[in-house]
Amino acid sequence: MSDHSHAEPAAQGRAPGASPSQRAGFLNYLVGLGFAIVLTLASFWAAGTDTVWQPAVPVLLAALAIAQMGVHVVFFFHLSTGPEQTNNFLALAFGVFVVGLVVFGSMLIMANLNANMPPMTMDQLMKMQR
Amino acid sequence: MLGKLNWDAIPFDQPIPFAASLVVLVVLGAVAAFTFWKGWWPYLWREWVTSVDHKRLGVMYALLALVMLVRGFIDALMMRSQQALAAGGAQGYLPPEHYDQIFSAHGTIMIFFVGMPFVIGLMNFVVPLQLGVRDVAFPVLNSVSFWLTASGALLVNVSLFVGEFAHTGWLVYPPLSEIAYSPGVGVDYYLWALQISGAGSLMTGINFTTTILKLRAPGMGYSRMPIFCWTALSSNLLIVAAFPILTATFAMLLLDRYLGFHFFTNDGGGNPMMYVNLIWAWGHPEVYILVLPAFGVFSEVIATFSSKPLFGYRSMAAATLGICMLSFMVWLHHFFTMGAGADVNAFFGVMTMIIAVPTGVKVFNWLFTLYGGRVRFAPPLLWTLGFMCTFVIGGMTGVLLAIPPADFVLHNSLFLVAHFHNVIIGGVLFGAFAGYMYWFPKAFGFTLHEGLGKATFWCWLVGFYLAFMPLYALGLMGATRRMQHYAETEWRPMMLVAMAGALVILAGIALLVLQLFVSIRDRAKRRDTTGDPWNGRTLEWSIPSPPPPWNFSVLPQVQGVDAYWNMKQAGQLAARQAPYETIHVPRNSAVGVALAFFTSIGGFALVWHIWWLAIVCFVGLLVAALSHGWIIDREMAISPEQLAALDRERST
Amino acid sequence: MSLAENVRAPGNEGEVPFSQRGPAPIETVASFGFWLFLLSDVVMFSGLFAAYSVLADRTAGGPDGLRLFDRSYVLLETACLLFSSFTCGLCTLAIERRSVAATYFWALITFILGAAFLGLELSEFLRMIGEGASPTRSAFLSAFFTLVGTHGLHVTLGLVWLMAMMAQVATLGFLPIVVRRLFCFTLFWHALDIVWIGVFTIVYLGARW
Repeated sequence: MSDHSHAEPAAQGRAPGASPSQRAGFLNYLVGLGFAIVLTLASFWAAGTDTVWQPAVPVLLAALAIAQMGVHVVFFFHLSTGPEQTNNFLALAFGVFVVGLVVFGSMLIMANLNANMPPMTMDQLMKMQR
Repeated sequence: MLGKLNWDAIPFDQPIPFAASLVVLVVLGAVAAFTFWKGWWPYLWREWVTSVDHKRLGVMYALLALVMLVRGFIDALMMRSQQALAAGGAQGYLPPEHYDQIFSAHGTIMIFFVGMPFVIGLMNFVVPLQLGVRDVAFPVLNSVSFWLTASGALLVNVSLFVGEFAHTGWLVYPPLSEIAYSPGVGVDYYLWALQISGAGSLMTGINFTTTILKLRAPGMGYSRMPIFCWTALSSNLLIVAAFPILTATFAMLLLDRYLGFHFFTNDGGGNPMMYVNLIWAWGHPEVYILVLPAFGVFSEVIATFSSKPLFGYRSMAAATLGICMLSFMVWLHHFFTMGAGADVNAFFGVMTMIIAVPTGVKVFNWLFTLYGGRVRFAPPLLWTLGFMCTFVIGGMTGVLLAIPPADFVLHNSLFLVAHFHNVIIGGVLFGAFAGYMYWFPKAFGFTLHEGLGKATFWCWLVGFYLAFMPLYALGLMGATRRMQHYAETEWRPMMLVAMAGALVILAGIALLVLQLFVSIRDRAKRRDTTGDPWNGRTLEWSIPSPPPPWNFSVLPQVQGVDAYWNMKQAGQLAARQAPYETIHVPRNSAVGVALAFFTSIGGFALVWHIWWLAIVCFVGLLVAALSHGWIIDREMAISPEQLAALDRERST
Repeated sequence: MSLAENVRAPGNEGEVPFSQRGPAPIETVASFGFWLFLLSDVVMFSGLFAAYSVLADRTAGGPDGLRLFDRSYVLLETACLLFSSFTCGLCTLAIERRSVAATYFWALITFILGAAFLGLELSEFLRMIGEGASPTRSAFLSAFFTLVGTHGLHVTLGLVWLMAMMAQVATLGFLPIVVRRLFCFTLFWHALDIVWIGVFTIVYLGARW
């Protein structure tokens, strides 16, 4: 029954990892592993090195992390932007959108709150009133 | 051996909870004994408790919602009467420790155990029928979802008999909800009940998103789905994206309370403001989870009772998705006053006003649908018209509150209370009642009494305005929410009007129950044999009422939106378009009720720190889940001959 | 069947949009549902990430990440998890070939690497607690232990699931339902590695100041 999906056009598209395309073989996983190893080592290097301008390091780490996640999504989840995978891709995009909002939104909001409402003693709190 | 549990937990010294607990126990005992004596238990187990049929689950969800509506409403009556009495120096009849639990329970029950089950119940019943398929993507998971929700509801209600409920309001903000300031079991009951039911809700979100995106009748592309399915899709996407935030946040509070962590404590570097931020990042999408399916109901009802296709299908679908995305970008408006500053407040204020735009688009589309139609004023349409007026007012007060300087005056006042009841009652509850009355004949095969339906509507409408319009005025006059008593005697007349409104709503609830009893009593006379009492437009009306377990003996071929209307116009009412084939129907499963059994007892054990019992229940959960994994005979086959015979029997 | 007619009518092949071809096959339905679950789990982690990011500097006078974290140790943990993801991929290929022996073998390697990761992480936690850096010490430590600990809990549950799946292969063979569950497991395992990328970047490599 699971062989059917290779032959007939898939109704409602393919799900990630459901029936990985016939091209996905050992080589696919090896290449994915290779990229991941390189990117991981690069991250650890970037965090410890002095050769990169220090304020740029967080940005570099973020870029490397996103690249690594991309490698996993493409090589291990076999996700693509083809017409058979539109639902999967849109779901991922929505998830990324929400995660971005929650994490960066929270960081921004909390930074503002912490700046405006630092821990205070009762004395300091009462002095805020005019 | 029994953790913190001892006889002090039973409220012998508090007459109201004690009496209430006795009444509930007596009623439950009577129902159990009666049904047992009648020999209904095997039938109930086989046909309802272990059912994985989305239609049965939908009915059970709606029943849970209606029962919990009564419990939550009793809380409301107590609050209204307390506030009507406790003016000037008067103390009313509810001490503060008790009053605090009442408003906390009221909010928790209404949102989590009335709103969510009602809306999820409607989606359960209707979505597969409208999509022209046989069931949801994961029927057994669906059953688990329901039973976990019921388990959460059970835990919250048990807190009335054994122990106490939270004193903190329905969102249990720290530091008040931390162990230092709420050392009792109330907050723990709340947290465990909602973690359990939250897991159930998340499973529903996954189930229905998958169903709507992957299981539709042949020919039903996205632009041919009924609008109710678009709103159901958006609502379930929101569930998938928002409920995990609730899970994480409650987990952090539980860690603070049980293991002494410092996420939200005053000491150790904790930050209570972070809780407020995260909980509302869930909380705002939650209200859209509730209201979007209600909008879907109104779209269906208006189109059917105007005998016209819905105006602006594409803009409705687009507006729905727009609301879905935007609902994640406004959450700070719930805490403008916490101090994030003008820039941040301004951004979220503007985003909040923007989200009113797609809702406005929907309202105009509904009006344009009604315009020029042959309108029939059946009860579902009355609820819809009531919604249009009421929700618009509530929405406008929302836009007022979205202005940060105005919100600094009105935050946590009775104005706010009036606003959210305005949109939730006018939007979600009226939509739930409209859907209930609209789809009841499909679910049960007989119609509801129309006169009583209209009577209950008018009581709810008049009662709502009487109960909540005074609160707008009181809020502007400076009255805060959650007051057990107040000094300003000039507020009292408004409170009395609000109390009167609550009594009118009580009449409405009584009429709702009466309508159900009368209709059941007269069901033989009220039988609908057509399956299509309203001259409907969508596929659920094309099958018999009540539908067979497999819904469609042959999946319909869909060629346009309003698929059933097209079939009727083309004279294809009774024609079968393709020969019968063997179909497979999922077998019943007890795993849902088994898991709920262990979560209920386990949750209780965790609340009272009965660690050995909690571990036993955790093991029980694992065993139940693993046993289910080895059940491989999951489906029953129905042969073409059986289908043909059953169709002939049921044909009109 | 009507679906087939829809698709195979003369001149119609490939012209019917995916969305109109009727209900999807069960493999697609199961995998997509699990994909949604994974996305929901990622959102849950994002709540914990947000809490960590906000509380990372709230050390209440106690130790901070710079003092506590050992990067080479983390590199070793990362290697274990990354390679276990790779061997999980090889297990996927074995399942597709329906080769029982290869499936068991690569599942065993995956299990060993996953267990090694957990062992390393557990010993790191115990070391930190031994030094007085327990989760009740400060908000930063509460957030650290919860975020990293929740990931570790997911890995643990994954290993339990893997064992259950091998028991299913042993007792039921490669039934379609067993194969679907195996593919869901592989998705889960890869997702845990993706979350770990976030963890080691933000928590361990990010603790520079």
